[in-house]
Amino acid sequence: MISFIGRSVIQKIITLFFVSIVSFLIIHIAPGKPSQVDPMNPKFTPEVVERFQKEFHLDKPLHVQYFYFYKDLFTGETISWKDNQSVLNKIWERFLNSLPLFIVGTIITWTLSFPIGIRSAIFRGQFYDRSATFLSYLLISIPGFFFAYVLIIFVVNQFHVPVIGMETFGIGDGASLPHLFMDRIWHLFLPSVLGATGGIAVLSRYVRSQMLEVEGQDYIRTARAKGLPPEQVHYKHALRNALLPFVTMFGLILPGLIGGSVIIESIFSWPGMGRMAYEAILARDYPVILTVNFVSAVLVLAGTFISDLLYLVVDPRIRL
Amino acid sequence: MYFRTGHECARAVDGISFEVREKETVCLVGESGCGKTVSALSILGLIPTPPGEIAGGRILFQGKNLLEIDEEDMQKIRGNRIAMVFQEPLTSLNPVFTIEDQIGEAIRIHKNIGAGELRDCCIKLLKDVGIPSPVQRLKDYPHQLSGGQRQRVMIAMALACDPDLIIADEPTTALDVTVQAQILQLLKSIQKTRSMSVLYITHDLGVVANIADRVYVMYSGIITEQGNTTQIFHDARHPYTQGLLASLPSRSKRGKRLYSIPGTVPNPAYKPAGCPFHPRCPHAIPICGKEYPKMCDYGQAHLARCPVLFEGGHGCK
Amino acid sequence: MNKKEKGFNENFQFETPLAPKRTRLQEFWRLFRQNRLAILGLFIFILFFCCAIAGLFMTSGPDPLFDPAMIRLQEKLRPPLVKPNLDSLRREEIPCLGFYLMGTDDLGRDVFARMLQGAWVSLTVGFVAVGISVLIGIFMGGVAGYFGQHHIRVDHILVTVLLISGTALVTGHFIRFGAVLLCLTPAYIFYSFLTQNRSREKTVPSWARVFRKNAVSVDTLIMRLVDIMLCFPSFFLILTVVALLPASIYNIMIVIGLTSWMGTTRFVRAEFLSLREQDFVAAVKTLGVGNFRIIFRHMMPNAVAPVLVSATIGIATAILTEAGLSFLGFGVPPPYATWGNILSDGKNFIFDAPWLTFIPGIAILIVVLSFNLFGEGLRDVLNPKLRERH
Repeated sequence: MISFIGRSVIQKIITLFFVSIVSFLIIHIAPGKPSQVDPMNPKFTPEVVERFQKEFHLDKPLHVQYFYFYKDLFTGETISWKDNQSVLNKIWERFLNSLPLFIVGTIITWTLSFPIGIRSAIFRGQFYDRSATFLSYLLISIPGFFFAYVLIIFVVNQFHVPVIGMETFGIGDGASLPHLFMDRIWHLFLPSVLGATGGIAVLSRYVRSQMLEVEGQDYIRTARAKGLPPEQVHYKHALRNALLPFVTMFGLILPGLIGGSVIIESIFSWPGMGRMAYEAILARDYPVILTVNFVSAVLVLAGTFISDLLYLVVDPRIRL
Repeated sequence: MYFRTGHECARAVDGISFEVREKETVCLVGESGCGKTVSALSILGLIPTPPGEIAGGRILFQGKNLLEIDEEDMQKIRGNRIAMVFQEPLTSLNPVFTIEDQIGEAIRIHKNIGAGELRDCCIKLLKDVGIPSPVQRLKDYPHQLSGGQRQRVMIAMALACDPDLIIADEPTTALDVTVQAQILQLLKSIQKTRSMSVLYITHDLGVVANIADRVYVMYSGIITEQGNTTQIFHDARHPYTQGLLASLPSRSKRGKRLYSIPGTVPNPAYKPAGCPFHPRCPHAIPICGKEYPKMCDYGQAHLARCPVLFEGGHGCK
Repeated sequence: MNKKEKGFNENFQFETPLAPKRTRLQEFWRLFRQNRLAILGLFIFILFFCCAIAGLFMTSGPDPLFDPAMIRLQEKLRPPLVKPNLDSLRREEIPCLGFYLMGTDDLGRDVFARMLQGAWVSLTVGFVAVGISVLIGIFMGGVAGYFGQHHIRVDHILVTVLLISGTALVTGHFIRFGAVLLCLTPAYIFYSFLTQNRSREKTVPSWARVFRKNAVSVDTLIMRLVDIMLCFPSFFLILTVVALLPASIYNIMIVIGLTSWMGTTRFVRAEFLSLREQDFVAAVKTLGVGNFRIIFRHMMPNAVAPVLVSATIGIATAILTEAGLSFLGFGVPPPYATWGNILSDGKNFIFDAPWLTFIPGIAILIVVLSFNLFGEGLRDVLNPKLRERH
């Protein structure tokens, strides 16, 4: 067990190293320069450009830049080129904004998908299954922003509630605490539902197919032959086996934190990490882009590691 | 029991009738694909009904027709009065539960006993089926046991509530020969001590000779011959049974080519008209392809479904 | 016994009725037909394909039937099914059918014509992107699955590193140094090929023995590569690359293809790992068939099922991704029309001209839905464990 963990961690660190190199190369090899050093940019005089270059070591060869950047990253000193703030502070702030969206979305997705998927599997071919299947396909296929606009128009016209942004502008201190709270909830509601619908569609299909595969196994037949009532057969024997792969998937939702959704955040003007990364890409704000990349890689690898561990714990057939 | 898939209707079991009396071992013999497993599964109502449907008949158990009782009562009978042992011990045990859980569950559903007593029951059952050091084995998972041990565990699960009838569906086919002999020995001794009835399904005539009191020979969904063991082995009256016996290797056939029944088992959806065996039968005459043969009584409960070979006895009906 | 054998020979005249023979394709089609949703998906896909091809012919060339690029500013934002104001138009500006089937956009262009053109572009983007990713995926997955246990030796790695640095140095204007490396490396490769045929382990001195050690297996290498690619959140990667590269339709297709091969690789590798142990591979090997022929001719047809499924769903995803990129402003540049373009242009006029959003949105929805249905139907048919029981 310990050796497995050790080996796994070492492999992941090596992967992280390569990821950092690859992302660095992608940024620097791509054509175009950050606006601050773009010779075409009329806002900056050549002296300013030169000072900028010196400050951020842009005139040095690539591998030197690489070392400087990662040294800064690990000591927490990276500065965003766009607005001179510390990158880590920026990321942290936006992360806190994205977090409620992510948490609510994930909770909705996971709590709804399982009952829907399991019920679809048990009542296979009947009306519930067919309608759930059709709805899932519909939700997977709809372009995200189109659906968002449709929902916005619908909700705003019917319920007259605010949906854009994180809270109503200028709500300030005049309002009472419950009012503030409800305001936040309303703003949170639509984006997280939007994010969750796609997830529910995919996950419930997957749950359904896993349940179906398990239900066809011999040990389910044995369980029925023992005289178990159908609820026990489905929810005790079948479910326990069907859930195994999902426990591992649980670890992989960690990277979703960064993925966020650029589109949803753009539509709702939600100041989250997705938008920050998007704006950084537009402005060629290298430190921010690289840091976000690095953090996301760390999350992905951590997520994989956690799901491997969880798999070890949950499946008695695997004991190292 | 018919299976409907799309536009085909596979008549897996097409009118059979057999009985198992108290304390006797009945063997249901036949090639793969002749409908033995389907018959056994339909007794317990384990065939899923969208593709399968019961076209008619009765299943009488201790006076009750099992086809007419509702699902709840059926659940009380399964595992409790009628238990089943399956063919593949590896896949028939749930891989994520311990042995104790699975055997204990079999008891817990039907009887109401406390946890300590339950554990003692499990240990006793494991001892009865001959698993060494049962107390350690309780906490094991199925993948940690060998094939023979897993099958013993299956038998223990089946015995848990002291059933009146055990249906064993080729329990030793997936095991090697030495283990097979042990399991058969085990079944015989259990049957004696607990005075149960056993319905044993197999394709191996050697097994039949070993443990059966009475034998039913099945072919393509119908019973072709029935009788006690001596009658079947020494006085077979149906060409199929004769063919099966002739294909057994024995010392008298040393050095000669082994006989095998020509042709193959018919597809259950496309059965031949008349006697289903007639395309492969050495004694077939034209009427065999047109008329469905009736059972011919040879006396002393020995019946065979072949009027062609019929000589003497009480007549065919 | 003799009587039986004789009797058998004389009387065997009866034929057993056999089940009707069906080829695998016919069996597959019969099963597929039963899934009505999947048939609907296939039908819509064929319809879409025909529209796209028709659209290509009707909207390209110097004097097309439906001109997507004709700007008529006086006719902007007209709702669908409305006749144009005839006196304000020149003769060649009058739309083909006499009225605007789907209205006009903010530049007065005929939306119907743009949709037709966009169909072809979306189709191309989807197919090319998926084609690239499937090709890469099959190759990587096949090599990882089949050659998995082959190891790469230390000297191979060194040589590759030297080769790459030689190339880098040459492009970085250190010509002499780079050229030296570039000459040394092929010489070494040549030398190792020569000595391979006469493998004499014992004559290698112990200091050089280190170079022959196995460093990493092919399987690990490829899987680590997949892991590295997976570390980048895919949409971000696409966004980054597309934002940084000059905008063009080819760049988008290539980038989407280059970032989605990981799933296919995993599927193919898993299938190969299980297929490799099967007897037919051993049988073919003993006949002396070469490695690559085994992979492509014998094993690949068996492994292709999950690839097909993920390819059809991948086309749907590619179309959606392209629409998403257009929405953010990074899609295919004008004057090409894609459905994503039309949709994102329309988002500014959502209350004044809702048809600009709804028409492409619903169209994308229907087409992507049909691909997904078709792909899922394929998956149900190709996976016997999940078949619908009637």
